[in-house]
Amino acid sequence: MAEPVLEIRNLNVDYGLGDRAVHAVRDVNLTLHRGEVLGLAGESGSGKSTLAYGMTRLLAPPGVITGGEVVYHPQQGPAYDVLGLTDRQLRAWRWAETAIVFQGAMNSLNPVHKISTQLTDVLKAHDPKMSEHSRSARAREMLKLVGISADRMDAYPHQLSGGMRQRVMIGMALILQPQVVIMDEPTTALDVVMQRQILGQLIELRERLGFSVIFITHDLSLLVEFSNRIAIMYGGRIVEEAPAATIYRDALHPYSKGLLSSFPALRGPKRELAGIPGSPPDLAGMPAGCSFHPRCPKAFEPCNSAIPVLGRPDTPDGAGRSVACWLHPAEQPVG
Amino acid sequence: MTSIQDAKAPAGEVVLEAIGLTKHFPVRRRLRDLFRRQHSAVHAVDDVHLTLRRGQVVALVGESGSGKSTVARLLAQLYPRTGGDIQLHGESTRVKGGSSFRAYAARVQMIFQDPFASLNPVHTIRYHLTRALKIHHNAGDDLDAALAELLTRVSLTPPERYLDKFPHELSGGQRQRVAIARALGAQPEALLADEPVSMLDVSIRLGVLNLLRDLKERLDLAILYITHDIASARYFADQTMVMYAGRMVEGGDSETVTQTPAHPYTRLLIDSAPDPDRLTGDVDPLEEDRGNGEPPSLINPPSGCRFHPRCPAAMARCSTDLPVPLEIGDAPGHWAACWLYDKAGAR
Repeated sequence: MAEPVLEIRNLNVDYGLGDRAVHAVRDVNLTLHRGEVLGLAGESGSGKSTLAYGMTRLLAPPGVITGGEVVYHPQQGPAYDVLGLTDRQLRAWRWAETAIVFQGAMNSLNPVHKISTQLTDVLKAHDPKMSEHSRSARAREMLKLVGISADRMDAYPHQLSGGMRQRVMIGMALILQPQVVIMDEPTTALDVVMQRQILGQLIELRERLGFSVIFITHDLSLLVEFSNRIAIMYGGRIVEEAPAATIYRDALHPYSKGLLSSFPALRGPKRELAGIPGSPPDLAGMPAGCSFHPRCPKAFEPCNSAIPVLGRPDTPDGAGRSVACWLHPAEQPVG
Repeated sequence: MTSIQDAKAPAGEVVLEAIGLTKHFPVRRRLRDLFRRQHSAVHAVDDVHLTLRRGQVVALVGESGSGKSTVARLLAQLYPRTGGDIQLHGESTRVKGGSSFRAYAARVQMIFQDPFASLNPVHTIRYHLTRALKIHHNAGDDLDAALAELLTRVSLTPPERYLDKFPHELSGGQRQRVAIARALGAQPEALLADEPVSMLDVSIRLGVLNLLRDLKERLDLAILYITHDIASARYFADQTMVMYAGRMVEGGDSETVTQTPAHPYTRLLIDSAPDPDRLTGDVDPLEEDRGNGEPPSLINPPSGCRFHPRCPAAMARCSTDLPVPLEIGDAPGHWAACWLYDKAGAR
């Protein structure tokens, strides 16, 4: 397997302090390898966005990182912990090494500035010595890369359609050639035709430029198609992680199975679907033991008292995947 | 709870019908347009025919901006229509607020997309449901029993646990169930569901869809299901209509429309839907000649077929002649508004 580019170790994120703190992300271990697309799936409130903000240190108060480390491996030089960077180092690291495309990307552009200004601003901040001319040349090049003609450089965001704005956001994220791009529900606001175009383009760009992607969404069927590996989150923990095809064909965790059978199929035989009974847990009053056990059809005796650890399952194809479920007790815990 | 039984008629009877329904929203005129003759308008919905039958679900599929929500609001008489007709049991209806609107609402109810916004945050569930029952005179002698029955119908049991809660104490799925219960409080014959599950978590969407289907069977409701997710239309609806830029482009029973789509737009929509069986590696970006994926401006819609600028199979007549609905012939009732299927006009 390729070398890692970003390793998250035992990351914990709380909202609030002391006794009233809500544990939004708990003991997450995750490794992103160079050049791969890692999908992060889960329902709203499962902590997937908090994880993304936590690892880039973008959490707004009352969010607090209470433990763990995020190790970044630059292309040259030794690895370092992002959580230990000073503010100045962090500013340099963000965008140049890790860029993020936000959920409401359609509204993340400043409405009173031209696209060109917003694109060149990034270059100005990170490379003040760059000349005006080469800055605008680079911005032009970036727009062409994401499929927007250069004559739209001087357009204001409201003059572009939603899909074009989303492309501008992706272009902006890539303009400093980061190693890691985090996409937080990048296409939820777009319709399916546009979604496919933008994702197809992203995959193409990734092959050409060689960055890695963390792709956060609740749409598992989209992830199965577009990512290499998938991690599924529930109640702030990762409950299963495996290659995309493995998850799709043979998910081990009952929650992953439930999620997969929540999507009506467009092709193939029509089957009766049930979804998952109950509703997602409240982070303030998390059930004891496995947080999925109140909704789990297969819950048995240890589930309501002990938390299962994420580890390599005891199945024959257990290599390269991990699951946190008492049905498949871990042979080798991760982390 | 008697009127539903009284009104019960053979299944398949037409409840609500839209005939040539049209809605244009006027565009605000600027000063420089003051002396121009023509008034520009957004052609949101043009010439839509739709039939809702008792005990059937009709899905209306289209991308955002295709006018599908406008159709629902027109059918609910929340907007006055520009042209065409809405017939309830064969009678033309046009209501303008007041008691005639209430009488109409007692028969046609709507469920909105966002259960976080459609319930009043300062009132309890009891208040919301009581109002629905009282306004439509369905409370009967025993209000509590009627309330409990409503909540039981949408599987919020035991009812006492939910009655005195505020909307913020419920999860999204429970809130949408309350919204459905409120609509049922009027004992309607037709239910217009405008993206009822798109704001809900994926794991509970199916629960709500299955509930709606169950209600349709038990209460013999006619349901219009509006969605952008064509896979859920296949799962849930008996009939599927596809809308593009304010016009219907294809219709037929759901299985036929999703498995053998006829109109090039429906094909594009189905090819674009995520498909887990198509794994990474063979991602094929859509061909460039399909345009930039932008739906057209509805102020000046393209002449002829509105899809022709993006259509891979566009012919010369597509840009001039408006296609009429044409029978495909592979299944009864399957039609598409596309000149590809014009056998008479084929050279």
